Amino acid sequence: MLTLTCPYCGIACDETELSPGGEAHITRFGPGSSDQEFETYLFQRENPKGVHFERWRHAYGCGKWFHAARNTVTLEVYGTYSAQVFEPPQSVKDAISAKLPDWSWRGLA
Amino acid sequence: MSDRQSAMPGAHFDGHVRLRDAGLRGMITLRGDLDAGMIRKAAMDVTGQVFPKPRMANCTNDTGLCWMSPDELLVLVPHDEAATALAYLQAALAGEHHLAVDVSDARAVFTLEGEASALRETLAKLTPADMRDAALPIGQLRRTRLAQVPVAFWFQSESDAHLICFRSVADYVFGLLQNAARPGSEIGFF
Repeated sequence: MLTLTCPYCGIACDETELSPGGEAHITRFGPGSSDQEFETYLFQRENPKGVHFERWRHAYGCGKWFHAARNTVTLEVYGTYSAQVFEPPQSVKDAISAKLPDWSWRGLA
Repeated sequence: MSDRQSAMPGAHFDGHVRLRDAGLRGMITLRGDLDAGMIRKAAMDVTGQVFPKPRMANCTNDTGLCWMSPDELLVLVPHDEAATALAYLQAALAGEHHLAVDVSDARAVFTLEGEASALRETLAKLTPADMRDAALPIGQLRRTRLAQVPVAFWFQSESDAHLICFRSVADYVFGLLQNAARPGSEIGFF
């Protein structure tokens, strides 16, 4: 079972108290973008074995959206952080690097 | 004038914890910037309670301030004072971005009394929340789920817990608690 700490209220939530929001840090391509870009935005997702970044919502609690960095193999959680950022904070990246020095995810490392 | 009733008037059950419908309670949802001085002052003035730190419920008897989320507060007042309290908040916060709504009759409140270990065990049977003393000290509010519905609960003292749920699921919640508190179902984990 996954336990994530909500960065807004600080509660360690069980997976069943949260709503999953899919992959994190997706750039929206709307009107005026090419078909290729729109397809990427709408359909192309990572399916990593290892480090992954996701969006979650604290649905049975404070109701806030947040981001989580975790490992899809070991279920280890590297950290949770605010929803109002375009990429993970350095502290979260450092936490991952400490465990997996050569990780990468969609151009991040 | 209609005769207002709580969700399950007089409902009670005595198992290894004592369950009671808490009767009519006045509840006002106050949303806004909880760091704003005006909102803090208005909330404290209307209840006479200290402004709660994150996750805390500062309550005595029927009045209290519960921290629900970074931008939401639940103001508890006696039921017959809810309308006055709401009018006071709206007047005090005129011009400040906020939302204050009387939700008294949209919620149900239950009280659980008994030994600390029995109380924690009864709730732990139904919720994924960590019910150990260290994770949920007295006076700290926990919003979580009870079986399939959202609830919020806090320990007023070691032997006295309060639980708030939506009125529409009051019967379901009371049934769950009743079953979890059934004599003979003690586990003794806490």
